[in-house]
Amino acid sequence: MKNDNKVGLAQARAKSIAVAATVFLLPALLLITIFIIYPVIDTFVISGYKWNGISSDRIFAGMENWNALIHDEMFWKSFRHNLIVMVFSIVLQIPIGMLLATFLDAGGKKFNIFKIIWFLPYLMSSVAIAFLFNYALATNGGLISSFASLIQGKKATIDLLGTAPNALYTVIGVMAWQFTPFYMVYFIAGYGNIDTSIYEAAVIDGATRWQYIKHIAIPLLGPIFKTACTMSLIGSLKYFDMIWNMTQGGPAGSTELMATYMYKLSFQQFNMGYGSTVAAGMFLLITAIALIFNKAFKVKEDY
Amino acid sequence: MVKENMNDADYRKSKIQSRIAWTIAIILACCMLVITLTPFFFMIMNSFRKQFDMLQQGVFHLPDPWYFKNYTTVVAGGFFGYFLRSVIVVGISLVLMLIISAFAAYPLARMSFKLNALIYAMIVAMMSVPMHVTLIPIFKLTTAVGFYDSLKALIGPYVAFALPMSVFILTAFMKTIPKEVEESAEIDGCNRYENFFFMILPLSKSGLSTLAIYNGVSMWNEFAFANTLLISPQNKTLPLALGQFKGEHSMDIPMIMAVLTLSVMPMIILFIIFQDKLVKGMMAGAVKG
Repeated sequence: MKNDNKVGLAQARAKSIAVAATVFLLPALLLITIFIIYPVIDTFVISGYKWNGISSDRIFAGMENWNALIHDEMFWKSFRHNLIVMVFSIVLQIPIGMLLATFLDAGGKKFNIFKIIWFLPYLMSSVAIAFLFNYALATNGGLISSFASLIQGKKATIDLLGTAPNALYTVIGVMAWQFTPFYMVYFIAGYGNIDTSIYEAAVIDGATRWQYIKHIAIPLLGPIFKTACTMSLIGSLKYFDMIWNMTQGGPAGSTELMATYMYKLSFQQFNMGYGSTVAAGMFLLITAIALIFNKAFKVKEDY
Repeated sequence: MVKENMNDADYRKSKIQSRIAWTIAIILACCMLVITLTPFFFMIMNSFRKQFDMLQQGVFHLPDPWYFKNYTTVVAGGFFGYFLRSVIVVGISLVLMLIISAFAAYPLARMSFKLNALIYAMIVAMMSVPMHVTLIPIFKLTTAVGFYDSLKALIGPYVAFALPMSVFILTAFMKTIPKEVEESAEIDGCNRYENFFFMILPLSKSGLSTLAIYNGVSMWNEFAFANTLLISPQNKTLPLALGQFKGEHSMDIPMIMAVLTLSVMPMIILFIIFQDKLVKGMMAGAVKG
């Protein structure tokens, strides 16, 4: 009897936990299913059709779109641009963000004003940044050209956005301006998380603040460094807003990214069937790269 | 202790070295300030010039005369309509998102049930889904339910795409709250739901406020969904207003700079007020890496 009661109680408890968990999780799971999981599946479904997005009849095309994607030079060119953006984002934004955070951590409260100002670019929308830099980097009346004219003493025109190889690297620079503050705060949080007793112990052993940062704090930031890289990697593979408003992928496709290409196909040319194929291809590539990256880093951590 | 072991010369040398290092660091930090601020300077200064003064006076001159009419024109052009619509969409989405993600994080952080790890892993995996992949189906869905070209269309996607990261951070945050908090509440006769609303939720405030800052910024600035799901100017949000004004005044650069300045100002003001909250909640998310 008594034993039965116990089992019954435990069961009732487990059941009430299950009910509560379901109630609490339901809204989130519902929204994620409607707006993330279902659309991803649907993108793969639409990728098998020829469809203009408006008319009700869509023609099943089998693997035709996918076949076209594999031979689509523009898509692979966009993917290459994404990879270039990815490498430079990781190489620029994360180390600079980390340096800024280190400076702020070493300096303490008196450098708060640096933190506030350095964070400002992150508050601006990508659209606003695109328009601002379009004019700030213009050959006529722009910042860089005006500065060059000032130094040379005669009129200089430096075309940063209008010519093919420059444009992509200019955009990468502007992206660094926008996103470095995010990684700065991320690393500040990382420094803040290190147990203060570790610092106290280091000070008792005679370490300076700088020695502590170099030999103790930075090695402890390892996992945070990895997460920052993963975020930057995914972020740069799906990059869209700023490029779309700044160059629309031009000049001559030199800043075309997978997302801008997909958007152009779907919402300017209303080729939604093939647009979905590009989106689905983008999804597969991003997932694969993120998985490879995570695996590669895990192996290193085990040593 | 170490200082005693070092002789005087060594001590002086290391002090000079640290002086030099700090000087270099501060010079570099100031360079960074210049890089950060110059575009803002360009934007604000030009917003006070007349259309043709910009090229005549050059970038490095102060506006002469200071010209305020750009701002009045922008406000007369319906700027506050865009502004208000953004406030409504971001306000509703943010509140819903915070409640729903706190709901979801609570069982994941503090209850043991069979599917816990699986559901958590699934939600976290959603963080890496690019929103562009969902754009065409969401466009389709929105037209099908008749939400196309209305503010309602934005709320679902905004909330859903902010959830995975928020649940991830809040779960980590709620795990740091000691178990005794709930146990003592249970002794006082609180059930799970009361526990959540009266104990866990108030204790998660600093995590929630950081999430509000980050998601507020990204919703306020969101472009791709808004550009796809809204079409008429009287329904557009602030990021689209920039394109709208640019279309109407494409040659009037100072006017566009005034629009840009007006659109970032609210974010900057809010940020300066709440900037101490910026790091705290992020720390909980950063622990786990």
